[in-house]
Amino acid sequence: MSSSSPSRLRRLLDGAEPHFTQGGKYERFYVLFEMVDTLFYSPPNKTVGGPHVRDALDLKRVMGMVWMCTFPIMFMACFNTGLQANEAMQTLGMTSIDGLRGFFLNGIGYDPSSFFANFFHGMTYFIPIYMTTFIVGGIAEAAFSLIRGHEVNEGFFVTSILYSLTLPPDIPLWMVGAGIIFGIVIGKEVFGGTGKNFLNPALVGRAFLYFAYPASMSGDAVWTAVDGYTGATALGIAAADGMAAVQAQFTWWEAFIGTIPGSIGETSTLAIFIGGGILLATKIASWRIVLGVFFGMMATATLFNLIGSDTNPMFGMPWWWHLVVGGFAFGMLFMATDPVSASMTNTGRFYYGCLIGFMTVLIRVINPAFPEGIMLAILFSNIFAPMIDYVVVQANIRRRTKRIEQGGQA
Amino acid sequence: MKLSPEAKHNLLDPLIGNNPITLQILGICSALAVTTSLKTALLMSMALTLVTAFSGASISAIRNHIPGSIRIIVQMTIIASLVIVVDQLLKAFAYDTAKQLSVFVGLIITNCIVMGRAEAYAMKNPPGLSFLDGIGNGLGYSLILIVVAFFRELFGAGSLMGYQILPLTTEGGWYQSNGMLLLPPSAFFIIGIMIWVIRTYQPEQNEAPDFVIHESHSHSAGESH
Repeated sequence: MSSSSPSRLRRLLDGAEPHFTQGGKYERFYVLFEMVDTLFYSPPNKTVGGPHVRDALDLKRVMGMVWMCTFPIMFMACFNTGLQANEAMQTLGMTSIDGLRGFFLNGIGYDPSSFFANFFHGMTYFIPIYMTTFIVGGIAEAAFSLIRGHEVNEGFFVTSILYSLTLPPDIPLWMVGAGIIFGIVIGKEVFGGTGKNFLNPALVGRAFLYFAYPASMSGDAVWTAVDGYTGATALGIAAADGMAAVQAQFTWWEAFIGTIPGSIGETSTLAIFIGGGILLATKIASWRIVLGVFFGMMATATLFNLIGSDTNPMFGMPWWWHLVVGGFAFGMLFMATDPVSASMTNTGRFYYGCLIGFMTVLIRVINPAFPEGIMLAILFSNIFAPMIDYVVVQANIRRRTKRIEQGGQA
Repeated sequence: MKLSPEAKHNLLDPLIGNNPITLQILGICSALAVTTSLKTALLMSMALTLVTAFSGASISAIRNHIPGSIRIIVQMTIIASLVIVVDQLLKAFAYDTAKQLSVFVGLIITNCIVMGRAEAYAMKNPPGLSFLDGIGNGLGYSLILIVVAFFRELFGAGSLMGYQILPLTTEGGWYQSNGMLLLPPSAFFIIGIMIWVIRTYQPEQNEAPDFVIHESHSHSAGESH
């Protein structure tokens, strides 16, 4: 806050503040005022007494960073969603779309070789999904903040974008709304809000949709945003026809760059690595978790390669393919690293990651009902995270007790 | 007939105030298993209410003659006999629904509510009151089962008692059924939400917190800049 001449915005906020503080007209809506105020300025409350830890990063800025790190993914998401749709339209011989979407797009055209045509086509799918998530989820979040009197937390920014990126492009918008309400209320608010949730709220919302409306969340018809076009994901093809069929349709580089069908934000491993790399470099995401997930996946996939199977073609998928298909990369860097629902101890973080990697491959390979496993693997490991921490802490206590008994120092 | 205050308490208290499912968290297993449709839930409720009431009355009638060391075996024998009778009646008069209930009628023998009321109430009180206590607890169980089954069948299958209320998209209607409500875990969510609602209106049901969360910042409105 500048002291000499406060900015226009600061003056506006300060002018409005008496209405929201105790005794003011809109006292009940203080949390909404606080939300807007701290979005632009550092929070006004200072630590009373001697501060022992100084850090310029507060929760708001951390969450803001994660949100910005998803920008490369959002960008690729729009491009690829449009590319898949335009290619499908070319295959089907369609040249125009009816309705509001067509009103915006018919002028630009649907040429799959044009970057802008792809990008804008993808945007007409991503923007409505994201807006719905943001508005519906925001109302649910704000309603709880008003009743409970806690602050509107930026955790919601992250939850909403991560949730939108995990959905298939063709999903009806009312489902998007239903899923995010479930994620926010049952996944987070019933336990007391951000910081007290033991599951990742974005994944709770997605899991709800996955089990409630499986026809809109899995199968062959939902991954390309054109009615009547069916195109399976790489994992779907691998589970049905094996690695040779996948390689006949996509190269590894296509899967890495992300021009394959899939959920909106999961396809481009490259964009995920750029965003996730920033998260790791700024130490917002724990590298131990990421390493654990990667190691667990690699070890389990290699083990299955060695065992081999005549009946289940998924046994033959090598680890570098597991890395680039499905939601593995996105889950590893953005979902598993959620600091609230992950393990808290450093040793625990590694084991927690390994469990996720192991479970992901196990579900992908062994379970015929679910071609993708990363969502369920992360939710499963979220539940075990406190227990992993407990074991790590107890082991530490035992080791130090033994050292004292032997006459050493703790 | 005028009920004594205690009889009235036995009948009405287990409905909301001391509900066997939402407050004592008993009998959850069958509440998850039989609530996919309203019909099975109703039948199960009836079976459990009758067994609880009659087992309470019979155990109470002989309570002074049961040796303390073998009382559980005696209670089990009485409850098991009643369950067999109920099972045979269901098979005779509602064969199809009874088949859907499968093992869960037989499992009433091990239902915590039946055993709990026998041990906690019928062993210490006269038969008439024990009978009413059984009816009351059975009705408390039934109330929850019916509400859960209502939501699960209506939104999961679009029907009630087997009659289609919301036309499904798969049959040309507008309602897309929610598949999760047909899976047992959805009953957990519904029961959880019911506990939330009940405790909002009856805060005295809330348990004391196991530990107090340390308040590091004051969130009260009116802090100065």
